[in-house]
Amino acid sequence: MATDTRLFGKSIKRREDPRFITGKGNYTDDLKLAGMTYAAFVRSPHAHAKIRKIDVARAKAHPGVVAIFTGADLTGVNSLPCGWLLPELKVPPHPPLATEAARYVGDPVAIVIAESQDAALDAAEKVRVDWEVRPAVTSTAKATDKGAAQIHEVAPSNVAFKWQIGDAAAVDAAFKSAAVVVKKRIVNQRLVANAMEPRACVARYEDATGDLTLWVTSQNPHVHRLLMTAFVLGIPEHKVRVIAPDVGGGFGSKIFLYNEETVCSWATRRVKRPIRWTSTRREAFQTDAHGRDHVTDVELGLSRDGKILGLRVKTVAAMGAYLSTFAPAVPTYLYGTLLNGVYEIGAIHADVTGVFTNTTPVDAYRGAGRPEAAYLLERIIEAGAAALKMDVVEIRRKNFIPKFENGYQTKVALNYDSGNYGAALDKLLTMLDYKKFRTEQEASRKQGKLVGIGFSTYIEACSIAPSKVVGSLGAQAGLYESGIVRVHPTGKVTVFTGSHSHGQGHETTFSQLAADELQVPIEDVEIVHGDTGAIAFGMGTYGSRSASVGGTAIKMSIDKIKEKGKKIAAHLLEASPKDMEYSGGQFQVKGFPGKAVPFGQVALTAYVPHNYPEGLEPGLEETSFYDPSNFCFPFGAHACVVEVDRDTGKVKILRYLAVDDVGNVINPMIVDGMVHGGIAQGVGQALWEGAVYDDGSGQLVTGTMMDYAVPKADMLPLYETDRTVTPTLVNPLGIKGAGETGTIAATPAVVNAVVDALRPLGVDHIEAMPLSPERVWKTIQAASAKR
Amino acid sequence: MYPAAFEYHAPKTVNDALKLLNKLDDAKILAGGHSLIPMMKLRLAQPKNLIDLGRISGLSGIKESGGMISIGAMATHWEVESSKALKAKCAVVSETAAMIGDPAVRNKGTIGGSLAHGDPAADMPATVIALGAEFVCQGKKKRTVKVDDWFKGLMETAIKDDELLVEIRVPALGKGTGAAYLKFPHPASRFAVVGVAAVVTLDKNGTCTKAGVGVTGAGTKAVRAKGVEAALTGKRLDAAAIEAAAAKAADGVDVQADLQGSVEYKAHLCRVFARRAIEAAVKRAQA
Repeated sequence: MATDTRLFGKSIKRREDPRFITGKGNYTDDLKLAGMTYAAFVRSPHAHAKIRKIDVARAKAHPGVVAIFTGADLTGVNSLPCGWLLPELKVPPHPPLATEAARYVGDPVAIVIAESQDAALDAAEKVRVDWEVRPAVTSTAKATDKGAAQIHEVAPSNVAFKWQIGDAAAVDAAFKSAAVVVKKRIVNQRLVANAMEPRACVARYEDATGDLTLWVTSQNPHVHRLLMTAFVLGIPEHKVRVIAPDVGGGFGSKIFLYNEETVCSWATRRVKRPIRWTSTRREAFQTDAHGRDHVTDVELGLSRDGKILGLRVKTVAAMGAYLSTFAPAVPTYLYGTLLNGVYEIGAIHADVTGVFTNTTPVDAYRGAGRPEAAYLLERIIEAGAAALKMDVVEIRRKNFIPKFENGYQTKVALNYDSGNYGAALDKLLTMLDYKKFRTEQEASRKQGKLVGIGFSTYIEACSIAPSKVVGSLGAQAGLYESGIVRVHPTGKVTVFTGSHSHGQGHETTFSQLAADELQVPIEDVEIVHGDTGAIAFGMGTYGSRSASVGGTAIKMSIDKIKEKGKKIAAHLLEASPKDMEYSGGQFQVKGFPGKAVPFGQVALTAYVPHNYPEGLEPGLEETSFYDPSNFCFPFGAHACVVEVDRDTGKVKILRYLAVDDVGNVINPMIVDGMVHGGIAQGVGQALWEGAVYDDGSGQLVTGTMMDYAVPKADMLPLYETDRTVTPTLVNPLGIKGAGETGTIAATPAVVNAVVDALRPLGVDHIEAMPLSPERVWKTIQAASAKR
Repeated sequence: MYPAAFEYHAPKTVNDALKLLNKLDDAKILAGGHSLIPMMKLRLAQPKNLIDLGRISGLSGIKESGGMISIGAMATHWEVESSKALKAKCAVVSETAAMIGDPAVRNKGTIGGSLAHGDPAADMPATVIALGAEFVCQGKKKRTVKVDDWFKGLMETAIKDDELLVEIRVPALGKGTGAAYLKFPHPASRFAVVGVAAVVTLDKNGTCTKAGVGVTGAGTKAVRAKGVEAALTGKRLDAAAIEAAAAKAADGVDVQADLQGSVEYKAHLCRVFARRAIEAAVKRAQA
């Protein structure tokens, strides 16, 4: 097949977009079922309070109320599970409805089910909870302080776990020989994911059959089903179908099994009517798992000429009030293992303490652990360069791992697949015209302008993940993916994937992949995802794994289809299967283009097997499970140019440049879109976003879109993006993963730029984000006062 | 629907609206709804009755007469932003309206609703203070309230329970007068963290004969920066004079600390934005 007919690598328009942009998407809240009831949750207004009594009498009398349940009613319902267990992890009970005490503002204590949403909301206000307010702790840094409020009996001093990686003795030794050791405190603030579609579910129990169907905003419906049936509700897995229809964004927050869908699934069996619950935006702020929230002390030891000799990291990471589904993995195996970055580092040691606080549970948010690692490393290396009075580009070059194609063993467990870090930076510097920028910067500094540049040469681990490896690290699940390819008798193709699109564009990219591999028109390919009733099994979408892991499973099934097709075609042509090849949409005898059977005829023959090979099963459908042998490691170089308003501290981004290497790319436009969105979120963390709890009351004070600043289009520059391509050898597609790179790379680039802008004032670090105008202004004031 | 239940009333005339207002228990006036409805959706406000002014004709025109421009209370921010009369004679009002929220908000929200509500971070209060606007209220009788008597406190204005705000009057600005409103927007809500409006009149020699400066955002209500006005009046407005006057911008403002800034920072922003607004106003007065 000629190269230019391939769809792999072409920016075809997204096939799913027409229905989304014309309002014809089918989201969970759009679902209408006969006999539908509506749920509202009664939630704790306190960060920490004992539940003395819940009085539902007045609420029950409210017109339209069908049923009200509290935690006491949920007999036989287990704790929400934690799916990643670390050694000596303290796992406190996490009841779907709090019974003994509520531990964060928003913790649900009762469900009100009514004939209408209005009635449910009105009645919920009439539920009387007799609270005994307890002291609360919301600060990550203060969680383990003596005298801090104790949140769980099983976790003294609020410590959920202590975890370490690397070689502490080697770091001690390295620091002894270091010419310079820079030490900084770096706070990676708490973020709210803010998917456009809030969480929602519809649970329907059919009394006649005992079947339960749950429609839910999930990134991984099979995982939802498994966790809910096997661990919490004890309902047989085969009697439950979980459907994640069109889902409007997730960013990680829709991976987890939450209280609400669990309670609705339990309650529908009691009321024997379907129940719908849709989160309000305020509930989303309070109850969708939050991200980040680390307080870290980091030390970097450098030789006089700028070689990184040692890195010592001590991090306190917030878990929130309970352990969310994969929470313990995020600040450990997705964070500590990335601290090698793209550099040759003499020795590394990281020590992480997970702590409970009276806050919304924290779990994976776009990048999940890797942004925290990249931020730490990219900040401290620029601080190191400043201490040595070295150029920030030069110090990176000096320490880059040299180009490699098949394996680099880091000091923190991971073995990188392939990398060419200098090439990405070179390309970026050319786009930037770095020398010219520094000259211009010098000139503008002389005019009193505060202009700065910041870099970020990041790496991330995605394409999650080899099951054996994650199993040995505590994951309670495998992380393979399934792909079923069903060729219909007419030669049309349905592809069933266990990964899930909630914005990623699977219906387009997987169609491109399947159409290419099968050499059929893309119109002949349909992608099905998000339904446990249709798909064998699946681990879902997160960790930039869909194309690399899910796509490979699809390719494996297509390879099997082709092998079977060769047998059928060989039989029809009276040739040997081993002499057959598949080319141009037909099975042909090698070297005899005339002796060929088109794909469609083979498909029809498979289902009408009158003239058919002896012993071969009819039908043309294959199932594959792909379990990757390693993670994949995308990397890249980003740069940000900013100007700081000296009067107000306001940061303006003048330029933002990105060169990413995500391996092979199926649809460049879709990857560009992911990079753009990722950068927006990364910049958002650097400059505007941040979940803030009131220290005394434990209230989330950034609990609405009026208070929590997600980036808007006019706050962002036009991005200048490009790519280098270093395919991975881990999977046959050479794809690494592109969903999170922007988020991981952008935050340090922006903060580094602001610090660089303020450098003439003597600033070499800003401890916390976001770099709000006030924080920057105060930094300027403090620096000016010193001088 | 998220709000608690309420009765909805849609009178066709001001008189009918006033009658309802007198008759009904716990009634709230609904203009553009862009302050009230979000509070109702969060159930922070749960009025029993809503009286919608949207069906009353004649409450929204903008016209000039006798050196004053009269703006109907139900004029949307977009109508204010795009009004030819305002752009020609008092452009700062249009410019201020253009900085409110986003297009969706501006197409629905009204100048009267906003000014009667008295949100401390709203934009228009600074501008109407600087301009010395007047408010026409209709109750049993019609009365005119001067802007200096209008803003009473946190979301508290001079409007009485049995009155409607029907009209806002601002002066047509003549030659030699320049005005500007500048704000430091909240990154999420785009309300003013601090906003300052300045109106200056210069004589032939460039001496300031009249100055009006309003400050919004920083405190519990928008206020007139009297110290700044006094420092500008009678002076030739060079950089030093402006700087010296702007330094008084936070005097008399009960600056409130919040997530966007400490008292110290917000007071500083008052001074920065006062300087910038005065500079812009002077430039226009000189043009």
